[in-house]
Amino acid sequence: MLVNRKLILAHFWLAFAVFGIALTLGAWQMFIRSPIGTWLSNPELYYRSLTAHGTVMGYVFPTLVAMGFGYAISESALEQRLVGVRWAWAGFWLIVVGAIMAMVPVGLGRASVLYTFYPPLIGNVFYYLGVVLVVVGSWIWVALMSVNLRVWRKAHPGAPVPLAMFANVAGSYLWAWTAVGAALELLLQIIPVAAGLKATIDAGLARVFFSWTLHAIVYFWLMPTYIAYYTIVPRAIGGRIYSDSMARISFILFLVVAMPIGMHHTFADPQVGAGFKFIHSAFTALVALPTLLTVFTICASVEIAARLRGGRGMFGWIRALPWDNPMMLALAFSFVMLGFGGAGGLINMSYQLDASIHNTQWITGHFHLIFGGAIVIMYFAIAYDLWPHLTGRELIDLRLIRTQLWLWFIGMIVTTFPWHWVGILGMPRRMAYFDFGDPAIAPQALSVTLSAIGGFILLASGIMFIVILARGMRAPLVDAGPYRFALAVHQPTMVPVALNTHALWVALMIALTLTNYGYPILNLALSEGTSVPAVYVGAQ
Amino acid sequence: MSVEGAHSNGSASAEVAARVERRWATIAVIIVVMMALLAAFAGIHRATMPQPRVETTDPSRLHLSGEFVESNLGSVLETNGNVTVRAIGQQYSFTPACIVVPVDTPITLRATSADVVHGILIQGTNVNTMLVPGYISEQLMRFTKSGDYLMPCQEFCSFGHEGMWGKVKVIDKADFANRAKGGGRLSCVGQ
Ligand code: HEM
Ligand SMILES: [Cu+2]
Ligand SMILES: [Cu+2]
Repeated sequence: MLVNRKLILAHFWLAFAVFGIALTLGAWQMFIRSPIGTWLSNPELYYRSLTAHGTVMGYVFPTLVAMGFGYAISESALEQRLVGVRWAWAGFWLIVVGAIMAMVPVGLGRASVLYTFYPPLIGNVFYYLGVVLVVVGSWIWVALMSVNLRVWRKAHPGAPVPLAMFANVAGSYLWAWTAVGAALELLLQIIPVAAGLKATIDAGLARVFFSWTLHAIVYFWLMPTYIAYYTIVPRAIGGRIYSDSMARISFILFLVVAMPIGMHHTFADPQVGAGFKFIHSAFTALVALPTLLTVFTICASVEIAARLRGGRGMFGWIRALPWDNPMMLALAFSFVMLGFGGAGGLINMSYQLDASIHNTQWITGHFHLIFGGAIVIMYFAIAYDLWPHLTGRELIDLRLIRTQLWLWFIGMIVTTFPWHWVGILGMPRRMAYFDFGDPAIAPQALSVTLSAIGGFILLASGIMFIVILARGMRAPLVDAGPYRFALAVHQPTMVPVALNTHALWVALMIALTLTNYGYPILNLALSEGTSVPAVYVGAQ
Repeated sequence: MSVEGAHSNGSASAEVAARVERRWATIAVIIVVMMALLAAFAGIHRATMPQPRVETTDPSRLHLSGEFVESNLGSVLETNGNVTVRAIGQQYSFTPACIVVPVDTPITLRATSADVVHGILIQGTNVNTMLVPGYISEQLMRFTKSGDYLMPCQEFCSFGHEGMWGKVKVIDKADFANRAKGGGRLSCVGQ
């Protein structure tokens, strides 16, 4: 029952429009710093572009996808009109205004601080205020998801919350809480300095606040993808969810263990002691758990679909899968990239191995493979799957859709594999220019060139994606019927309270954050003489 | 679709499903525990541990007094034969821009930043640490091969970041001891 289609379409269109712009910037960055690009006489332009690309891809694009998808889930899974539509539009416009407010100073070269902010570098205050507006807009969505679930519960006392909505609300709570770290950094530390009220700032404390956000935000990006794995893929390929309760446990685990581990981003930092680095490192191993469970459940669900289609044998069933179905293709590509990316992630999470790749191009290669690859390819699949229900029109270009997904997959592999490799060779990240004439750097030239070629493949695929959706707005009308989610093999009639509500897990998430972050933050905040003078960008 | 079949003898198949699932969950937990143990083992037995203590320093007085005054930067041969290297990063260079150290010697790198966040990465090694103004980074290192290594700044430090490359020269032990004879702080700047 998708009633507020305009609202959902507005979120998706804005998301994909900014994605298109940021993707173009990304391809340009790849090209200009590669040996095939001509030397950029003004490196500052590179950092403007990088700030815009990172801010849009990290904050604006995935947030809008999660919000649009969240509204769609709320209306269709709960079969209930969205409560608070005006608020939802207010949230949307806050994001529009915030994104513009942030991007103007970035475009003018007044806020080239990159999306990670890292003080004492300080940019124009409107950049940070814009980011705050984007986050506040998304918090309205969090509140609405909670309210809508509550309204539904009142009408259906004791009934199992549909899995898609259970996961969606878990993701929204995770986002609400993980954004608090960066919000504290912005409101307490950066904005007073950017506004000229203070002149010094504790850079070490700021990095710890940011790490609070930086890890779990990754799981917020991942949520729509995991929701699609569990609740869309099995339906789209004619199968069933292997286990409803395992799915719930996975989402709960994300909620609880994604948060208290962010300090693995400060492994190489001097302001965090060895003890807390060790604790966070150990907790980090735990986040592999929900992903391992998910891989099992999804593979089993896919196998069910294959056997229902007559698949036989130990592995023979794989051939029986509907490989011409875009959702099947997207899932397979996503899993392959998740596998490689996950293996890379195991290296990052180990303090000892991390030392050889920390802040090298390996890191950018890694998160492009996971985020740009495994996660974003499922955003594409979600859009393709929802589109007919939002527009009332059929997506007819199935072959074009398959080509687009293939290109994204190939492009990601071509881009990110050499990207990892130059990282191992010690190539630092975030640099506008490399002197490939230096004999010590020359061996990296070929790999960087390959990455740039992969970048253009990705750009082509991204353009195709937008064209397909745009053409879908004018295709023949069709009655797509109600939007449905996958059913489990054993559809639950009763779910234990712990697997049907979030309160306990939210409490645990907050408690674990406080135990793992409380002491380091207080310790840094109370220690004297560690504030340093701010360095304003673009003010020389 | 005929999932109905699975449904009618529901309880039996549900049990099988639950058993397989429990088995997998157990394997997953074992994998996770093994990873954590491995990390702990590597940390303790191979002694590649993060610096144990948090040390602070006032960047606005860096040039005036204390450990990181200009005359104290560079490499020094300690009485026990180990070497200590002190360096700072600032927009957009390291001081000293060329660090000289002996091969096969335990070396302690102590460094900090005079302005914004920088990083030190020595290519071809696993020496890699952040320089955060207000805090001192310490890292232990040991080079097994002599030669020249590039040492880029690995964190964005504003518009000149791409030009912030230092160098490390690893030389023969005797050669280093010879140079260190006169006392003072060694570097290879201008060589
Ligand atoms: C599809 C989704 C994508 C996402 C979500 C994404 C996200 C990001 C983010 C958050 C950053 C900031 C990293 C930083 O500040 O260090 C970044 C950097 C970058 N991205 Fe992307 N990106 C995507 C696609 C692409 C594509 C297709 C290309 C190339 C064609 C690309 C090229 C780059 C480059 C060159 C950098 C800078 C790396 C550096 O200089 O260290 N990105 N990306
Ligand atoms: Cu992380
Ligand atoms: Cu730098």
